[in-house]
Amino acid sequence: MTMRRGMILGIAAVVLLAAGLAQAAEPIKIGAIFSVTGPASFLGEPEKNTAKMLEEDINKSGGLLGRKVEIIVYDDQTDATEAVKAVDRLIKNDKVAAIIGPSTSGSTLAIVPKVEEAKIPLVSCAAARKIVEPVKKWVFKTPQSDLLAVRQIFRHAAKSGIKKIAIVTASDAFGAAGREELKDQAPKMGLTIVADEVFGPKDTDMTAQLTKIKGTDAQAIICWGTNPGPAVIARNRVQLGMKTPLYMSHGVASKKFIELAGVANAEGILLPAGRLIVEGQVDAKHPQKKLLASYIKEYEGKFKQPVSTFGGHAWDAVMLVAEAIKITKSAEPAAIRDGLEKVKKFYGTAGEFNFTPEEHNGLTDEAFVMVKIAKGEWEMLK
Amino acid sequence: MSFLQKNAHLGGLLALAVSVLLAPRFLPNEYYLTILIVGGFHVLLTVGLNLLMGFTGQISLGHAAFYGLSAYTTGILTATFHWPVPAGFAAAVGLVVVVAWLIGIPTLKLKGHYLAMGTLGFGVIVFIVFNEATDLTGGPSGFTGIPKLSAAGLVVSSDRQFYYVVWGVVLLLFALAQNLVRSRVGRALRGIHTSEAAAAVLGVDVAKYKVFVFVLSAFYAAIAGALYAHYVTFISPGTFSFHTSVQLVTMVVLGGMASLWGAVAGALFLTVLPEALRAIESYDILMYGGILVLCMIFLPGGLAEGFRKSAEAVRGLFVPKSPSEGGKARSPR
Amino acid sequence: MASASQLLQYVISGVTVGSTYGLTALGFTMIFNTTEIINFAQGEFVMLGGMLAVFAIRWGGVPLPAAVALSVLLATAIGVVIDRLTIRPVRGRSVIALIIITIGVSILLRGGAMLLFGKDTYSLQAFSGGAPILIGGAALLPQSLWVVGITLFTLLGMKFFFDRTISGKAMLACSCDRKAASLMGINVEAMVTLSFAFSALVGSLGGVILAPITLTSFDVGILLGLKGFAACILGGMGNPFGAVAGGVLIGVLESLGAGLLSSGYKDAVAFVILLALLFVRPTGLFGKRMTERV
Repeated sequence: MTMRRGMILGIAAVVLLAAGLAQAAEPIKIGAIFSVTGPASFLGEPEKNTAKMLEEDINKSGGLLGRKVEIIVYDDQTDATEAVKAVDRLIKNDKVAAIIGPSTSGSTLAIVPKVEEAKIPLVSCAAARKIVEPVKKWVFKTPQSDLLAVRQIFRHAAKSGIKKIAIVTASDAFGAAGREELKDQAPKMGLTIVADEVFGPKDTDMTAQLTKIKGTDAQAIICWGTNPGPAVIARNRVQLGMKTPLYMSHGVASKKFIELAGVANAEGILLPAGRLIVEGQVDAKHPQKKLLASYIKEYEGKFKQPVSTFGGHAWDAVMLVAEAIKITKSAEPAAIRDGLEKVKKFYGTAGEFNFTPEEHNGLTDEAFVMVKIAKGEWEMLK
Repeated sequence: MSFLQKNAHLGGLLALAVSVLLAPRFLPNEYYLTILIVGGFHVLLTVGLNLLMGFTGQISLGHAAFYGLSAYTTGILTATFHWPVPAGFAAAVGLVVVVAWLIGIPTLKLKGHYLAMGTLGFGVIVFIVFNEATDLTGGPSGFTGIPKLSAAGLVVSSDRQFYYVVWGVVLLLFALAQNLVRSRVGRALRGIHTSEAAAAVLGVDVAKYKVFVFVLSAFYAAIAGALYAHYVTFISPGTFSFHTSVQLVTMVVLGGMASLWGAVAGALFLTVLPEALRAIESYDILMYGGILVLCMIFLPGGLAEGFRKSAEAVRGLFVPKSPSEGGKARSPR
Repeated sequence: MASASQLLQYVISGVTVGSTYGLTALGFTMIFNTTEIINFAQGEFVMLGGMLAVFAIRWGGVPLPAAVALSVLLATAIGVVIDRLTIRPVRGRSVIALIIITIGVSILLRGGAMLLFGKDTYSLQAFSGGAPILIGGAALLPQSLWVVGITLFTLLGMKFFFDRTISGKAMLACSCDRKAASLMGINVEAMVTLSFAFSALVGSLGGVILAPITLTSFDVGILLGLKGFAACILGGMGNPFGAVAGGVLIGVLESLGAGLLSSGYKDAVAFVILLALLFVRPTGLFGKRMTERV
């Protein structure tokens, strides 16, 4: 850390001496806060990998505005206090022009007052609606909101003639947000919730909750959480001999879920997901096809792990900031912010982004497709 | 004792006050103020916990619960119910003190492992409540919108102002703790630590004192918690977990259990160290475990003991040893 | 209102999970009976049981039975090492010192597992197939039968050991009065090491038989350890049968609480029980030892 700071100071000093007031050679500094460690590390690790990978790619192809890009990543350890410390460091110590991340809604909400005060644009990789509703001048986010996922699920359920559903959600931020949306949207789509169960994100046995659900007349179960909870639900459901259709949230859109649940237990589960995980089945003419394919190839080649939609959120965040810089031809924080609001028809891993001064998430229903798990693989439903 | 010796502790306090005043001038940028502010919270927590663990010989593995309870109470009262900040602050500290007293009475009748487990269980229950009582606390996503610290129209808005407020409080409460330790009460507490039976025989109401120190340590934690809430303006359960309670115990152990200055050192050291060691971030969990084990085995008195021993060693170089002490006599040259 | 088959289901799940709490509690009891120390790192042995088995298969390609045996053996060895390196140097020190050291050890074990195995959750194959057996509308997993069976077997083994063998009686003697025991020629230090070994064995066994049902990861140890301790207190500190019974009881109460009351506060059940016991009846249900109170 100290060495890197010394190196930056050294470079800046030499450049200033050599070229007088020419600031052009100084790198564009973008800050990043990810939960690389802690309970949300399954979010932060692929996000950090993706961000660093893109940093290399951008610099290899000439940088932005002729300057190199430097992405400074700090780990908030899935702790809001650490996120606050990290954002302070980025703003006051590293003097970044924009910040991407954090990975979790909790950390994001913690730092929103700080970025608003310091007038630095923030492109969050967290999903909570609260982050951009009501809209805040300097805050944007890339993941699809839970609302879109819930609507996709409900649409599919309604089409299948389902009227009564049971929901079982994790008690962490992601699950709680999903639960709110599910309860909010159900009556609007003509569905009744007959059971509302909760489980701890690290719980290993949900037979009690499922047994309760078994005793109701629910026609489908919707589970909202991120690994490992939903995998346990999938297993317990089979262990209890239940045949009720099971929907999952987009939080399990990774091969890890199928592995944990077991191929047999995951059979037939339905979930909404971004096109990233079913890239192979996406039509060749689809505007996202090319970038998805190249992201997957590069990430899997470099890190020897399958891609996850979470890493994709970081991809979107970095590339959106880059796009904003290209639009306004400036790397000043205020200009980047304005540039972001001007972004139209930008294709990222999550879908097509269109920002306006009132819309800081930029995605619509088309961002999700319904996917069914068949024989351990993702099958995109048309 | 000479005047200097009797009031040496005041000198230490003065030195600390001067350092606090001058420190901001030497910081490269405002970011370091944040570290020092958080360090201040940790010092408050650790000094309080030290009074309980070091001087009275009890243990609390759930102290983060008091930290969090205070933060949430003042947060909810000021943000949801629009109480003025000083009222919310006072109510939070008051509530924690009452809770600590109610919990303390039965808990401190326990000893050793049972006390440890009891405080741990209490901490976990409070944490679960923070997570589950979503309507009140915002649940796992946390609680936003807490107003900044203010009183009678004056708002503490900048980091620099907050820094002085926090460390002003630290100095005050540290002096209070010092006073307590040096007083009759402090001697009674240390007597209890050495032998509860002996203390009881000498007329010390052991149960009453133990509860008193427990409540006092919770009071310190509550002050820190309310300050935290009005500084970060956002709180989430994750900050008040068992992990945090363990960190606090580690700070006390590292600093030296029966030393208030040790508490300051331990708290600051473990606040600053993770910043300096960014490179080995993922190993920090090992660091805490390692410190606890190694300290207990090799340096049970913590940094305070280590410092004292090195000071003695240095002094020993200049003081000629008499032949009976077995060391070679050295001339002070 | 819950139907009979639902209640049966809750009880079945509760007994299964509770057996692991019971085995964890058994481990606590073993060390406590010999040394009066509560080993905060006990939960980590349970974690190691499951995790080591998973990775014996992943990295070593060994078949399931060998992996189970290997993980229990390794965990036992680790237990011995912990006693030698961290407990022995501080024997005779204050209770607080011991508590802090075992907390430190538990953190080190957890951190080590995290760095070595990563933070993911892993599953272990069931010992004899995963298809549930339906009884009266409730589903019973074959693995549950393994869990209960092995727990009972271990319990009987322990009873035999303590009642009938010289070493067992020697261990009990150490906890009653260490000086007297050593005067009688008992190698107290060896007995302590043996108790750690047993505790690790029992804990890791509990972990590996439960892993196929509940999945395992590097941090399952914390809550398991705490609930195991609650089970000890419930059953009466120092009573092995009480420990296992306490574990099963807590498991069932938790399951019923989640099913009949609120699933969100499920974890709090064990701790509320713990606190209530500590305050009101520290000797637990079957306890014979007195706790020290002021």
